[in-house]
Amino acid sequence: MKLLISVKRVVDYNVKVRVKADGTGVETNGVKMSMNPFDEIAVEEAVRLKEKGVASEVVAVSMGPPACSETLRTALAMGADRGILVETEVALQPLAVAKLLRALAEREQPGMIILGKQAIDDDMNATGQMLAALLGWPQATFASKLAIEGERAMVTREVDGGLETLELRLPAIVTTDLRLNEPRYASLPNIMKARKKPIETIAPAALGVDPAPRLEIVKVAEPPKRQGGRKVASVAELVEKLTQEAKVI
Amino acid sequence: MEFSLTPDLEQLRAAILTLCERFDDAYWLARDRDGVFPHDFHAAMAAGGWLGIAMPEPYGGAGLGIMAAAVMMQAVAESGAAMTGASAIHMNIFGLNPVVVFGSEDQKRRMLPPLIAGRDKACFAVTEPDAGLNTTELKTRAVWDGAQYVVTGTKIWISTAQVANKMLLLARTTPLDQVRRKTDGLSLFYTDLDRATVEIREIPKMGRHAVDSNMLFIEGLRIPMEDRIGAEGDGFRCILHGMNPERILIAAEAVGIGRAALARAARYARERIVFGRPIGQNQGIAHPLAKSWAELAAAELMVLKAAALYDAGRECGAEANAAKYLAGEAGFHACEAAVMTHGGMGYAKEYHVERYLREVMIPRIAPVSPQMILNFIAERALGLPKSY
Ligand SMILES: Cc1cc2nc3c(=O)[nH]c(=O)nc-3n(C[C@H](O)[C@H](O)[C@H](O)COP(=O)(O)OP(=O)(O)OC[C@H]3O[C@@H](n4cnc5c(N)ncnc54)[C@H](O)[C@@H]3O)c2cc1C
Repeated sequence: MKLLISVKRVVDYNVKVRVKADGTGVETNGVKMSMNPFDEIAVEEAVRLKEKGVASEVVAVSMGPPACSETLRTALAMGADRGILVETEVALQPLAVAKLLRALAEREQPGMIILGKQAIDDDMNATGQMLAALLGWPQATFASKLAIEGERAMVTREVDGGLETLELRLPAIVTTDLRLNEPRYASLPNIMKARKKPIETIAPAALGVDPAPRLEIVKVAEPPKRQGGRKVASVAELVEKLTQEAKVI
Repeated sequence: MEFSLTPDLEQLRAAILTLCERFDDAYWLARDRDGVFPHDFHAAMAAGGWLGIAMPEPYGGAGLGIMAAAVMMQAVAESGAAMTGASAIHMNIFGLNPVVVFGSEDQKRRMLPPLIAGRDKACFAVTEPDAGLNTTELKTRAVWDGAQYVVTGTKIWISTAQVANKMLLLARTTPLDQVRRKTDGLSLFYTDLDRATVEIREIPKMGRHAVDSNMLFIEGLRIPMEDRIGAEGDGFRCILHGMNPERILIAAEAVGIGRAALARAARYARERIVFGRPIGQNQGIAHPLAKSWAELAAAELMVLKAAALYDAGRECGAEANAAKYLAGEAGFHACEAAVMTHGGMGYAKEYHVERYLREVMIPRIAPVSPQMILNFIAERALGLPKSY
């Protein structure tokens, strides 16, 4: 079984993001970029399935500017077999990504597509679901456990009420949650091996997809500055402040 | 001419920084307090295959050059691991270069893989109390008794001897009065660090408490013929070969620790409010930090230039020495400025910069002092008469 994994290049989770002066987005110039952490979990899961002999090939896809090939190199260093870079300068939105992945899925015929449940930059949490709808495949989102049994995938999801287990017919879409696994560190020998693995570059047009945005971003702004806390002398004063100033009771 | 790291080197740097995140400031502060060797850090670097970065592929290394190793060591120090982290693995990275260059096939197969895999830990025993920087005056003797070499002598400052099971040792095999040149008659050995014949006494020191440095009292250590590296009497030449890369790596570590200090200082200068504004808004605070930024950037360029020359197989003596000098001084200035920027907090262990200041003294002093570097440059690059 072939596995298709999508990996997004995002601002590193350790970076304190700054809004651009013109309010069109966040500053990415000179900012450390990394693989979306949920996508790292997707790659790790796929590589483990390959190591168990369940999967035969792991194909990683990234979409965006040429620098996304660095993200693919990371996926290859973790153990993916080859990479596909869908190269475009257009700021991609979930629907465009889902359409591009559908086109790739039709070409590659994977038994399963694993995606992060969301990207930590725009927190859309939409691509996996849209892709499942476009392909007409079953989906299991927010996976915290994944097992393949023949033609079926057993996926445990963490939902409000506890753990829910779904049985899916393959091919299927799975999106990863934090507890699915702990991604490995890329070792030096594997980084060296990854340098010899192929990365194919392809344009959205070659996949028959128009990636133009469908949603318009009106404005990006800093959240309001948090006000410092205050100490109150008595319960009476607290109640007064809550009713008169904060007006919450 | 290319002034930025290639994507491949950027990837190595990013991978090292990610791995080092596991060993955070609290970890290194704790090691500084308890003085315990960072075994788990060493093990993690070994497991990731990093110890063999500059060692040949047939023996388990990655076969990359000194440029890649320098990028790695800078990133290790810069992550906050500072000299404690760098020194814990320094010997693994390039220490056995004499074996790579002068060792027999059998020696390479026997000695390199366990060090690269992290199963062996080695120390490098050159410096002696009575010789100082004048290496040809080493007093430690290795005498062939017909079956083995028998070694007697004293070494000082030998780092990691407390945890090492192997030792790269330079000792005199032919007395000084019987050789044609003073550099002749020294021999190099890579052998078991036998605690029955080598007494190891730790030296209490200023910083880097988790990576020990020691006096070694060697009393009848026996070394078999197959543990001698290169020809008898050729030991000085054998270690000379690795000196430039050694300087380049130390320089990279000094740049790294300077960067770690500068990042902390800049953050503190932005956040600390006194007299109603961030202290970094005062030029008296901002300028020393800006100056450090410039000095570190210049030192880093010299490190990379020296590394590029070495990897291209070209002469790099002046550049490697200049890199080590510039980086040692720039690293020190950055750490000093970082302490001063923090005011009283700079003196508190919990702000880490006092630890960096204690550790950055090491790449200033060792493996060769700034004075001796300037002697070398004066003589070799400027054609001035030898002063000593
Ligand atoms: C933390 C630490 C770890 C170390 N680890 C190791 C190790 O693992 N293995 C090892 O073999 N060594 C190690 N060393 C030793 C280190 O390499 C030496 O300390 C260093 O080379 C200086 O030698 P010395 O201490 O004998 O100084 P000396 O030779 O006594 O010199 C003292 C001072 O005089 C100056 N001086 C001497 N001659 C001249 C001259 N002609 N012109 C101008 N100035 C001169 C020197 O520059 C220096 O400032 C370590 C040292 C330290 C501090």
